[in-house]
Amino acid sequence: MSLAVSNLSFGYNGRMVVDQVSFDLAPGRILAILGPNGVGKTTLLKCLNAILKPRGGTVLVEDIDVLCLSRREVARRFGYVPQRLEAGRLTVFDAVLLGRTPHLGLRPSVHDVAVVERVILRLGLAPLGLRHLDRLSGGELQKVAVARALAQEPRILLFDEPTASLDLKNQMDILGTIREVVAGQNVSAVLTMHDVSAALRFADACLLMKSGRVLAHVAADALSGETIGEVYGLPVRVETVYGQRVVIPCT
Amino acid sequence: MPAASVSLRAGYLAHVSRRRLAVAGMLAALLVLGALALSVGAVRVPLGEVVSALLGRAESPRIGLIVLNIRLPQALAAVLAGFGLSAAGVVMQSVLRNPLGSPFTLGISQAAAFGAALAVIVFDAGVMGSRQADAVSIASPALVTAMAFAACLAATGVIIALARVRGATPEVMVLAGVALGSLFTAGTMFLQYFADDVQLAAMVFWSFGDLARADWDDLAVMAGCGLPILAWFASRAYAFNALDAGDETARGLGVRVGRERLLGMVAAALLTAVVVAFLGVIGFVGLICPHAARFIVGDDHRFLYPAAGLLGGCLLLAADVAARIVVSPHVLPVSVLTACLGAPAFILLLLRRRA
Repeated sequence: MSLAVSNLSFGYNGRMVVDQVSFDLAPGRILAILGPNGVGKTTLLKCLNAILKPRGGTVLVEDIDVLCLSRREVARRFGYVPQRLEAGRLTVFDAVLLGRTPHLGLRPSVHDVAVVERVILRLGLAPLGLRHLDRLSGGELQKVAVARALAQEPRILLFDEPTASLDLKNQMDILGTIREVVAGQNVSAVLTMHDVSAALRFADACLLMKSGRVLAHVAADALSGETIGEVYGLPVRVETVYGQRVVIPCT
Repeated sequence: MPAASVSLRAGYLAHVSRRRLAVAGMLAALLVLGALALSVGAVRVPLGEVVSALLGRAESPRIGLIVLNIRLPQALAAVLAGFGLSAAGVVMQSVLRNPLGSPFTLGISQAAAFGAALAVIVFDAGVMGSRQADAVSIASPALVTAMAFAACLAATGVIIALARVRGATPEVMVLAGVALGSLFTAGTMFLQYFADDVQLAAMVFWSFGDLARADWDDLAVMAGCGLPILAWFASRAYAFNALDAGDETARGLGVRVGRERLLGMVAAALLTAVVVAFLGVIGFVGLICPHAARFIVGDDHRFLYPAAGLLGGCLLLAADVAARIVVSPHVLPVSVLTACLGAPAFILLLLRRRA
């Protein structure tokens, strides 16, 4: 297992937001965390790479407990792509170079530049290499953030709602990119998502949360309409259309 | 290797060289302005004589005295103060995620002035003089700097607390800065109200931001406090770049966000305190120079920081030279000139943010 989480808990002022969550994830796999708004998906994600300090539990990456490591060491194992991205007057190349921070001495080496170059080429961002971030579209900016996380050379990629605020084509593009990267680099990825159909299409496994707890952890092709309905409190059917499983709310 | 790859790396390296060249150009401009600052004034010293005076071979002892003991410390103070205020502005803008941040707009310079005034008037850390250029000679630089720093820390504490409140927009923070600035200015006025005539005159001259009062001793303290902080800032370029990308991204990149923010603000406050304690409040340098530098080299702190600092030095040197020429033979305080440049630039920045 590249990621093994057990009994992870986090709470604010006595209220448990993440409650005894356990799951594991094999290399080359994508896990989608699903659940209603405010159920603790993002909090769980941020506990994994210790952006939030969990109250208890362990997060093992290749058998090392990352909660005992320094921030810098954690950043060498987890690449994190937040939901909100900042765009300043920084070139795409420099923005991706920032991903080398956890490996960096005082200034970037030839190797750092080479890694960044490879990542940018891989994501097809080369034509934008010297453009400033504030001149990019939302989809392009999201790709830069993915590239930055990849430049960290992590074992696990974390994405907080990678498709929020993107149009349909950009949603498919970014999920396709994640799929490709995970397969190609043999890393694994954890995504929080709202679009259950997209999760069924792109993820290998789904973790469904309700009030901070894990309600179900199943392979994506085994996820049933009943389970989805129970989590969201809404009757749904899962139908196969043109070979794709899609979720249809029945209201 | 595919052609795209070669051109990508080559393009980036060319981009890096261009920014290095821009910084080198600013350094050259600083040296030219520095030479000018040593030459221009009530007594015009030709550049050739400036050089021989610097080498200790002045043609007359009077010229040697003017260049080495009056103009050189003044020029170095201009460079150090300009670099320091501008660097403090860059750091504040980054750690507070606020493009309008600077020692002056956040009220931290005014706090420093109050702390220094308190030390001078109440704790007798300075000796009042009757000449304008030497209105207050600081008898205990350590006490004055320490009190200026303490007042700066108080203002900084308010600003940091405010930055933590969700929804504190840059404008709100600047308004809080205005409030803090007014409060500390009122405190300084309170001290002046109870001062006697000589003290009052001296304090008024002293509260003008002015470079003419710098001598070698002042400069030694400023450099002793300022240079280590400036060196530390330079080593944090990547951490500040990460902070610019947002707190969560920065944490995800392994940066200890809370620690960088706190240390950055405290160091910037100390830098401001040292400059203000010796030279008075010189406004807007820390706001306009970082933005000019952002426009030229972008937001990458590896280049932004030296560029902003050098521009700060250039601006104060230029303002100092202009201050000696404009109403010659009188010499204006430089803060009058920086405000004339800075206030319109600040309003322009506000308008651009609205757009």
